[in-house]
Amino acid sequence: MDLSVIWFVLVAVLFIGFFFLEGFDYGVGVLLPFLGRSDSERRLIIGSIGPVWDGNEVWMITAGGALFAAFPHVYATLFSGFYLALFLMLVALIVRGVGLDFRSKQPGPNWRSTWDWLIFAGSLVPALLWGVAVTNLIKGVPIDDKMNYVGTFFDLLSPYTLVGGAAFLLVFVYHGAVYLTLKLEDALAQRARRAALVIGCFTAAACLVLVGMTYMYTDLFASIGAGISLWAAVGAFVLSYLAMRVGRTGWAFVASGLAIVLTTVAFFWGLFPRLMVSSLNPAWSLTVANASSSPLTLKLMTIAAGLLVPVVLAYQAWTYWTFRKRVTLRDLEY
Amino acid sequence: MDELLLARWQFGITSTYHFLFVPLTLGLSLLVAAMETVYVRTGNELYKKMTQFWGKLFLINFALGVVTGLVQEFEFGMNWSEYSRFMGDIFGAPLALEALTAFYLESTFIGIWIFGWNRLSKRLHAAAIWIVALSSNLSAFWILVANSFMQAPVGYVLRNGRAEMNDFAALLTNPYVWNQFPHTVLGGLVTGGVFVMAVSAYHLLRRSQVDFFRPSFKMGLICALAASLLVAATGHRQAQILAEVQPMKLAAIEALWETADPAPFTFFAAIDSKKQENRGEVSFPGGLSLLVHNSPTGEVKGIKSLQQESEKRFGPGSYVPDVPSVFWSFRVMVAAGIWLLAVTVLCAYFWRRGTLENKPLLLKAAVATLAVPYIANSTGWYVAEAGRQPWIVFGLQRVEQAVSPTVSATSIWITLIGFTIVYGVLAVIGVYLMGKFAKQGPAASVETAEPAEGKGVELWT
Repeated sequence: MDLSVIWFVLVAVLFIGFFFLEGFDYGVGVLLPFLGRSDSERRLIIGSIGPVWDGNEVWMITAGGALFAAFPHVYATLFSGFYLALFLMLVALIVRGVGLDFRSKQPGPNWRSTWDWLIFAGSLVPALLWGVAVTNLIKGVPIDDKMNYVGTFFDLLSPYTLVGGAAFLLVFVYHGAVYLTLKLEDALAQRARRAALVIGCFTAAACLVLVGMTYMYTDLFASIGAGISLWAAVGAFVLSYLAMRVGRTGWAFVASGLAIVLTTVAFFWGLFPRLMVSSLNPAWSLTVANASSSPLTLKLMTIAAGLLVPVVLAYQAWTYWTFRKRVTLRDLEY
Repeated sequence: MDELLLARWQFGITSTYHFLFVPLTLGLSLLVAAMETVYVRTGNELYKKMTQFWGKLFLINFALGVVTGLVQEFEFGMNWSEYSRFMGDIFGAPLALEALTAFYLESTFIGIWIFGWNRLSKRLHAAAIWIVALSSNLSAFWILVANSFMQAPVGYVLRNGRAEMNDFAALLTNPYVWNQFPHTVLGGLVTGGVFVMAVSAYHLLRRSQVDFFRPSFKMGLICALAASLLVAATGHRQAQILAEVQPMKLAAIEALWETADPAPFTFFAAIDSKKQENRGEVSFPGGLSLLVHNSPTGEVKGIKSLQQESEKRFGPGSYVPDVPSVFWSFRVMVAAGIWLLAVTVLCAYFWRRGTLENKPLLLKAAVATLAVPYIANSTGWYVAEAGRQPWIVFGLQRVEQAVSPTVSATSIWITLIGFTIVYGVLAVIGVYLMGKFAKQGPAASVETAEPAEGKGVELWT
């Protein structure tokens, strides 16, 4: 297989890891002000992602670095094109990261509630924007013959991409609620569970609308595998919801994660061999062939990724194992 | 202002701000790791207290370094898309390797370290902070591999309208990296050492918690003293490397307009860039030749003849960086280095004699010295980056060819103002928090958390 194809798959894998892990992170952040009614409850909620959120975020950083190294044209077109959207996301991630670290470093209630809302906004905005971004990639954006994005910020917002943003956000919030049900105790866990059951209904509706609009606005279903994968994602979500209803939270988490994985697979599968679709002229799309790095760079990176990604997975899995227990007030650091 | 200037301002502001936090992360992480190692080996609770106190300050700084680094990664794509297209084949690889070999480790194990005090064995917990410290420094290595290519390109071939890698080993063995990397890491150790010294001196002056701050001061002092000496040595080597790969930067640093043999080292001068001459020079004859050639004679090329050479090679245009700002930044950096050496040597001398704590003036100087490594780090980077102009990649791509062609000035204004405000607010908050905890001392920062007994997650029920 061509190395650039391998890198297409690897970039997809990085996004899968990112959406799966950081998905519940974002969800937890969005739920924080609503589920946590007292300061200690909010500390517990933050404590549930405390040891892992930073490691999760690196999946995005690595995806960005991998795009730069393997598909420099995509890196250049995407980030100069989605300029203001990316700016909003970066500001959100800045206040979120600082908020998670700083919120418990001062006792005042105003200090803490300010950071709580910033963590909320800092989690909501990226979750939403990633949905907008992914749906824009498959729908197509104005890219000219010089590989430059020639639209504006508002061209990124269409009914389809806004539904995409809402659907991603809701899936992440549901995923986060299921995670919190696993990680918290007693009344707080019950509240998280009820939240998951309520949000799950809206999520299912949004996902169905998204799938329907994907038929209308994109050529994703031209690829049979992508179509199956997207419907399988819907199926996985329904299973997750049913598992949640009957109290099998662990299975519900696995299934909601699977729904995220399958959705990401579907979008990348539908894109292939393109990475960004040009709405002006199909020939101007960025593909694995015209956007990739030289064979030597790809080879080098393939060796590095082959050696290192399994190691990363191993120690990140070990982290989750080390902090597998439910969070209690006694082991809070933030 | 046009897009190019705005994009340059934005990069200057965001990267200078990012680099306020990086050196302390590099240096203090190693110091905290050393403290925890002493604790594990001796079981002395004092060192556990030290680890936790300095670790808390480290974490506030670390958080700001991480989030501002995020902006750095995406800024090349946002504002410098033509650069990214031209250089991605070479520049992307070290960046991706940084993520794979360093960021993952750093970010995963920092979480383990923060939350793992009661969950891991002592040794494993100490190993976690070592992993954080070493991977931070490894991360600096990859960034400098990328930056060194921009300063002194190696291992590439021009093909398909871009620079393509043809020798990865050459990238890794670039002589420029192997001076810049130790110089940067040592600069980090100076920053970390001076930080610990300054905060400790503040408390020694007030005779508060001396049993804690005496050993802290000693560790900071040893670190700062050794690193200050070595950072000066690598700085000296840098002059010789510049003479070879970036003679124009060297000439600008010295405001050396005419080629000279022997070349003098100029301490001060009034520089007239327009007329290309200096007035009122105070210089040391043969000093620059000595720096470059290790001998009082030897030719050093001047700006005028280098400009002519460049025009022959690259066509008409100005290849001269902004001489006065490079010249003065360099002098500020060197003065800062001399100040650091002086203060650390004096502190060490009186420490050995056991009379340091009776020298309030010196202790006050040690507190004030906290600002000095930051000045040295920032001016040092200014010299390195501004001295490379007009090139973004030396000899291969000029800055104006690198900027994103489709990003409007309005867009850059929005992000420029936005980042500046967010960064400004965060700076105030960060300095406030660090100041607060630093003044409180360890008594308030040590949390005696009991072992947690949460139930296991019943994943499969």
